[in-house]
Amino acid sequence: MDELLKLLKKNALETPEDLAKMLDLPVAAVKAKIAEYEKSGVIRGYQAVVNQDQLDINLVTAVIEVKVTPEREGGFNHIAERISKFEEVQSLYLMSGTFDLLIFISGQSLKDVAFFVSDKLATIPGVISTSTHFMLKTYKDHGVLMETEDEYERLKVSP
Amino acid sequence: MNGSKSRPDRIASHVRTMPPSGIRDFFDIVSTMKDVISLGIGEPDFVTPWHIRESAIYSLERGITSYTSNLGLLKLRQALAGYVERVFGASYNPANEVLVTVGVSEALDLAMRAILEPGDEVIFHEPCYVSYGPVIAFAYGKPVPIQTDPQGGFVLTAAQVAAAITPRTRAIILNYPNNPTGACLPEAELKAICDLAVKHDLIVIADDIYAELSYDHPHTSAASLPGLKDRTIFLHGFSKAWAMTGFRLGYACGPADLIGAMMKIHQYTMLCAPITSQEAAIEALKHPDQDINGMKAEYQRRRNFIHASFTEMGLPCPRPAGAFYAFPNIAATGMTSKAFAYGLLEAEKVAVVPGTAFGPCGEGYVRCSYATSMDQIKEAMVRFKRFAHQRMAAKA
Repeated sequence: MDELLKLLKKNALETPEDLAKMLDLPVAAVKAKIAEYEKSGVIRGYQAVVNQDQLDINLVTAVIEVKVTPEREGGFNHIAERISKFEEVQSLYLMSGTFDLLIFISGQSLKDVAFFVSDKLATIPGVISTSTHFMLKTYKDHGVLMETEDEYERLKVSP
Repeated sequence: MNGSKSRPDRIASHVRTMPPSGIRDFFDIVSTMKDVISLGIGEPDFVTPWHIRESAIYSLERGITSYTSNLGLLKLRQALAGYVERVFGASYNPANEVLVTVGVSEALDLAMRAILEPGDEVIFHEPCYVSYGPVIAFAYGKPVPIQTDPQGGFVLTAAQVAAAITPRTRAIILNYPNNPTGACLPEAELKAICDLAVKHDLIVIADDIYAELSYDHPHTSAASLPGLKDRTIFLHGFSKAWAMTGFRLGYACGPADLIGAMMKIHQYTMLCAPITSQEAAIEALKHPDQDINGMKAEYQRRRNFIHASFTEMGLPCPRPAGAFYAFPNIAATGMTSKAFAYGLLEAEKVAVVPGTAFGPCGEGYVRCSYATSMDQIKEAMVRFKRFAHQRMAAKA
């Protein structure tokens, strides 16, 4: 992966000025490259990594394994795209193994999620079966640890 | 007078006359202050990679807590010989040409004590790591520092070495990539210096501790040059590239007679390096590139950032080619290195080390370590700039 993308993936708030210094490039070149990535769709958005467990909100996240029948034309794409359009769906992946699609969904309550599965997901033609797992606690998300460990302090000056 | 508490004559004169490290008093002040951003730290900010720590823990769980062979675990020496051959291009026999030590510091001390007769001279370049002069003097040798030229990027030249050689010269220490300047030694200059070592029958001590952290060109070790292996003591360790400073693990490679002599001192004074650290080092050598390259890429970005920042604020700073230090010139503020470092600490709570801690020719410079997080470096540069510009304006 391009160094610029790596840095932005780690911290999307890096300014073009700082990125330019780190990469030893002119600021204009960095700005142009970012614009190009945004335009071509390589960069699809910028988000904060939030520890939801720390917030006093009702949020239920579930992982659903889905078995589907692929279509003659288009394979899994058509049905996957259809499912991905639901607002409740946070992520959706095509998988190898004993099931086909892995879906991350979130809702305000267990009931919400259950309703989505029984009413929306399971009724889609081509969906054979679903298996729903509820998440209990997040330890790491997007490569970021959700607990802050006490940092060991180094000597402040050393040779 | 009663008692014997402060009789100076009971301290050996070569120890009594040695001034304490220039870093020490500065450290004492910094450590009393809160919320300091420190660019004064000469060790990686990374924690030792987890798989290495885990294998040290595992060795303890298995009850591996004994002494090892004086030379170090054979398995480690074999792995070291393999690593040195692959990365540095010099081959050593693990049976008698590799010695595992407690950090490179111990290895350097052993080398000096093994080769020096009282009064023998050792050439080294300044600015340099704080211990070279003292370690030579503690071994009853005579330190012969050569002041390197900032205009030449703090690179030691063969001409300077030639001028410093006398009939008493025994050895020359080379430490590139360099602490504190970040300078690297061009291969042609290295060869010319080593030719002098051959001509005058000198031992070359290659302190290659920062070798992996060379950003613009691959590092060449004196040990890899044709005909040099037989007169070179190659020093390396795990502190910098693997972020293992607290494990205190280094090693020396060299011709069997020199390693044998160093081993004799090591055997009677240290016995062996800690076995837990040796076990960790065996693990570290299994996939070294993976561990090192990630950290190196981050250091390189910081190097770029810090160098661009100093250039932007109008302070001349040779572009560091290796290690994790920048050595900007702060003479434009009209302050001495020491006054600048104390002033910056007081006014902006940023700690840097006065260049004079690394030799008198460090006057006018401060050492800024970029072995700290990018966020801290960014904030430190904002404060550094504010302070430097204030002082420059006050001077004008």
